[in-house]
Amino acid sequence: MRMMRFAVVAVLVLSMAGVVMAGGGREAAPAVDDGALRIAVVMPSATNDMAFSQSMWTALTAVQAEMGGPSALQLSYSENMFVVPDAAGALRDYASQGYDIVIGHGSQYGSSIQDIAPDFPDTVFAWGTDVNTFGLDNVYAYTAAAEQGGYVNGVLAALMTRSGQVGVTGPVEVGDAKTYIDGFVNGVRQTDSAVRVSQSWTGSFSDVAAMTAAASTHIANGADALTGSSQSVVGSVGVARESDGVLWFGTQADQTDLAPELVVASQIYDWTDMLREIIANRQAGRMGGESYILTFANDGLKMAFNPAIDIPAEAMEAALAAIEGIKNGQIRAMP
Amino acid sequence: MRDIFSFNVLAGVLQTMLSLATPFLFAAVGETFSQLSGVVNLGVDGIMLLSAFFAFYTVLLTGNIWLGLLVAIIVGLLMGLLMSVVSVTFKAQQGISGIGLQILGLGLSSLLFKVLVGTVRTVSGFRRMRIPLLADIPFLGPILFNNTVLVYAAFLLVPVSWFILERTTLGLKIKAVGQNPSAADSVGISVNGIRYLSVCIGSALAGVAGASISISISNLFQDNITAGQGFIAVALVYFGGWSPIGVMGGALLFSFATSAQIWLQVLGVDIPASLAVMIPYILTIVVLTVSVNRGKQPAALNKQFFRGEN
Amino acid sequence: MKEKRQKPQDPNQLLSRDSWFELGLRTLFPFLGVLVALLVSAVVLLFLRVNPLAAYAAMFRGAFGSMSGWYQTFVKATPLLLVGLGICIAFKASVINIGGEGQIIMGALAGTAVALRFPDAPAFMLVTTCLLAGFLAGAFWGFIPGYLKARFKVNEILSTIMMNHIALQFMNYLLSGPMMDPEARSAGTFLAQTARLPAGSWLTRIVPQTLMHSGVYIALTLAILVYVFLWRTTIGFRIRAVGLNPQASLYSAINVPVNQALSMTLAGGLAGLAGIIEVLGVHRRIIEGFTGGYGFTGIVAALLGSLHPIGLIPASILFGGLLVGANTMQRAMQVPAALIQAILGLVVLFVSGSTLGIQQIIKKRRISVTAAIKEDQS
Repeated sequence: MRMMRFAVVAVLVLSMAGVVMAGGGREAAPAVDDGALRIAVVMPSATNDMAFSQSMWTALTAVQAEMGGPSALQLSYSENMFVVPDAAGALRDYASQGYDIVIGHGSQYGSSIQDIAPDFPDTVFAWGTDVNTFGLDNVYAYTAAAEQGGYVNGVLAALMTRSGQVGVTGPVEVGDAKTYIDGFVNGVRQTDSAVRVSQSWTGSFSDVAAMTAAASTHIANGADALTGSSQSVVGSVGVARESDGVLWFGTQADQTDLAPELVVASQIYDWTDMLREIIANRQAGRMGGESYILTFANDGLKMAFNPAIDIPAEAMEAALAAIEGIKNGQIRAMP
Repeated sequence: MRDIFSFNVLAGVLQTMLSLATPFLFAAVGETFSQLSGVVNLGVDGIMLLSAFFAFYTVLLTGNIWLGLLVAIIVGLLMGLLMSVVSVTFKAQQGISGIGLQILGLGLSSLLFKVLVGTVRTVSGFRRMRIPLLADIPFLGPILFNNTVLVYAAFLLVPVSWFILERTTLGLKIKAVGQNPSAADSVGISVNGIRYLSVCIGSALAGVAGASISISISNLFQDNITAGQGFIAVALVYFGGWSPIGVMGGALLFSFATSAQIWLQVLGVDIPASLAVMIPYILTIVVLTVSVNRGKQPAALNKQFFRGEN
Repeated sequence: MKEKRQKPQDPNQLLSRDSWFELGLRTLFPFLGVLVALLVSAVVLLFLRVNPLAAYAAMFRGAFGSMSGWYQTFVKATPLLLVGLGICIAFKASVINIGGEGQIIMGALAGTAVALRFPDAPAFMLVTTCLLAGFLAGAFWGFIPGYLKARFKVNEILSTIMMNHIALQFMNYLLSGPMMDPEARSAGTFLAQTARLPAGSWLTRIVPQTLMHSGVYIALTLAILVYVFLWRTTIGFRIRAVGLNPQASLYSAINVPVNQALSMTLAGGLAGLAGIIEVLGVHRRIIEGFTGGYGFTGIVAALLGSLHPIGLIPASILFGGLLVGANTMQRAMQVPAALIQAILGLVVLFVSGSTLGIQQIIKKRRISVTAAIKEDQS
C-alpha cells in the first residue's frame, strides 16, 4: 500500500516537473507565412513506409526543396489515417485552416473528398488512387498504372531466372498490389511462356512475418526471381538476402538500399510532375476537374535499375523495348 | 499444378513451420508462466514489438546480434515490470491493462522507429547453424538441424520450462499462486512476488520472441511487424492447456497449417488466397473443440488478489 | 446455544445495491487515470521537443473546442458506445469479448449485402432490415465462441482472436472478389471496397457538412435498453449473477454456460450493429479498414464507463473526444502519429490501474458501514 502511494506521488511529481519544464519546448503550430504556398496531405500509413505513403511524401519534400524550402512551400501531414472519419476530419480541418492544396492520399478517402470539396471552392483537393473527380471543378484525381512497371519487371525476371521458376508475394488481391502483379505475371508470360510463375497472398498489408514465410516458400519451391507489393514486402526482401542467387524486383519505391546485391530493378512512383502541374494549374486559376495517371509515357513511372547488378544486355534491351512498347501503346501491360 | 505430396514439398512445409513456430513458442511458453501464476497478459504483442525494435536498432548500431538479443530481453523485462505494477500491485482488470500494454508497445515502437531510424533498413541477424552429424541424417537432418540458434533455443525452452514448472519449488509456487492465492499466502509464499516474477519471465521471453522476428527471421523492422502474432501466442496458451508441451503442440499445429496454406498457394492449388489464409485459424478452433483432453485453467486466472479477502 | 442465523437476502436487492457514492467513485477514478496518463505523456512530448501544454490545448480544442469537433467526437463515440455496451454485457457474465473486430465486420458485411441486394426497397424498411441483418450476423459471430465455450469449454479469448482473423479474411475474400465495386473493376483500380450503397439505406446526416448521423440516437437508445435489460429483467439478472458468483449461480439453478453464451451473442449483436451503423452512417460502402479498431477501443471505452451502460455514454464521448483531439494534436504539432498511439496505450494502462483506488475506498466504506450496522444492532 505504501509502495503504491509512493509510486503515485512519484509519477505525479515527475510529470508535473515535466510540464513545468515544458517552457523550453517547441512553439505551437507553425505561424502562417504570408506568400508561402500551403499544402497538407492526409495519408493512410506512415511517411516512412517504403511504399505508397513514402512515395508521396518524398515527392512533396522534393517539390518543396525545388521551390526554395519551407518559406515558399509549407507542408503539413497527417499519417496513419486509416480510420476514414479521422481522415475526413483532418481533410476538413486543413481546408478550413486555409490550406491551398489538400491531398487525400488514399483511395478510401473518395467519399470524404466528395463531401468536403464543395464546401471549400477556393481550396484545391487532390486524391488518389482513383480517376474520379466527381464532376467537381476543385478536385484532381490521380492514380498510377502500376501494371506497367510490373510488366517490365516481369520481362526482366523471365530473362534472368535460371531455374525457370518465378515467385510473387502479394498482400491482398486489390488495388495497385493486384494491378502490379497482374502486369508482372503478364510480362513473364509474354516473354517466355516456359517460365512458371507462382503467386501467394498473405491476406494482410502489414504482416511482415507472413511475407517472409511466403518468400522462403517460393525459394524452397525453386524460385530464383521474386517480386511483391505492399509495405510488408520488405520481409520478402530480407529473406531473399539470406539465399544465394535470388533476384528481387521492387515496386512503389526504390528498394535497392534494402539489399543492393539482389534488387535488380524497382518501379518508382514519381508524383513530382503531377504536383508541379497541380501547383501551376492552381496559380493559373484551374482548380481541378482533371485526373492524372502516372505512366511511363508521362514520366510519372520510372524504372530504377540497380547499377550494382549485372543485367545481361539481352534482358536490358528487352526491358527498354518493353518500356518503349508500353509508351507507344504497342504493348498492353494488363493481360 | 505439380505433385503436392512430394518429399520436397513436405520438407519445405516442415522447414517453414519451424521458423514460423519460433516466435510463437517463446511468447506462448512465456505467457504460460504468467497465466499459471494467475495473470493474463494480453500485451504480449506490444512487448514483442518494442523488443523487436530495440533488438533491430541495437544490431543496426553495433552489429552485435547477441547484444541485440540481450537488449530485447531487458526491454521485455521492463515492459513486464510495467504490466506487473499495473496488474498486480494496482489490481487492474488484466484483459484491459494488457490491451493498454499492446497499444503502448505498438505506438512506442513505431514512434522510436520513425524518430531514430526513419526508413526500413535491413540488418544481418542470426545465421543458420548446421549441427554436424545430426544434419546429415537423411530427410529430417537438414530440416531439424540446420536452423538459427533461436530456433533451437525455442524448442529447448519447452522441456526446460516443463521441468521448472513441474519439478522445482519455483514451479510449484507459481502454480500454487495461480490456483489458490490465499492458501499460498497463508503458507508464506509472496503472491505478488511470484506474480511479478512470472509476468517478468513471460515478458522477457516475449522479448526474445520479438527479437527472433526482427533479427533472426525477417532481419528488419517495420511498423507493426508482429501483425498480431502476440495475440495468437496468447491463444496458443489456452490451446496448450497451460502446459509447455501442449503449447508446443499448438504452435506446431498453427505454424504447420500456415506453412501448408502458403505451399498450397505457391503450388497453384486453385482456392481463393483469403480462404487459404483462414485455414490455420479455423483449424485451431476445430482441433481444440474436438480434442477431449484439456488442461485445467488456473483457478485464480484473471482474478486480482486482495490479501485477507479471498 | 442459539445461533442467530442470517436471513437469506433477496439476491436481486443485493446485486442492485450500487450506491450513488460507489457509482460516483467508479466514474471519477477512470478520469483520474486519464489525467495521470496525460501527465506521463507530457514527458514523452518533451523528449520530442513539443510543448505539452500547447499540445494538450490543441487536443482539447480539437475535440470539444468547436461544434465540428463535438460532431466528430459524437461520430466516434457512436461505435464505441455500441461495442462497449456489448463488452459490458459480456463482462457482467465474466466473459471477455475480444472478438469485436470480427463481429463488426460480419455485421457490416451482412447489412451491406442486404442493401446492395434490395436497392429499390422503401427507405425505412431497407434501413431497418439492414440494421437487423447487421445485428444478427454480429450475434451469430458472437454466438459461435459463446456456444463453443458453453458446450466444449473452448476459451473465448482463443476463439474470438481466431474469429477476428477469419472474419477479416472473409471480408478480404469478398472485397477482392464477389463484392468488389464493379466501378473499381471496370476503371482498373481494383480498390478494396464494395459499390456505394443505395441512398435509401443511408442513415440521415443530422448536421449538414459533418459526418454526424442518426446512428447516435440508436446507440443512445440502446444504452438505456441495455441498462433496463441488465437491471430490470430476469435474464439480465441471471447474467449478472453468473458474473458475480458462478458457484452460487450453479446452486440457484442458473445455467452458467448458457447465460455466458447468451451474453456473448448479445455482445456480438451490438458490435455487428456498430459495424453496419458505421457503414450506413459514415462510409456508405464497405472500405478496407472501416472497422477503425473499434472492436478493441470499445473495450477501453467500456472500462472507462465502469462497465455500466449509462456510465458508458459519457465515457465513450470522452474517449471519442480523446481520439479526435489526439488527431488534431498530431496535425497541429506535426508529431508522428505513432506518438498518439503510445499516449493512448498509457491512458488505457493507467485507467485500468485506477480500479485499485476505487476498490480500496469501497472496501473501507463497506467495513465502516458494516461496523455501523453492528453497532446499531447491539
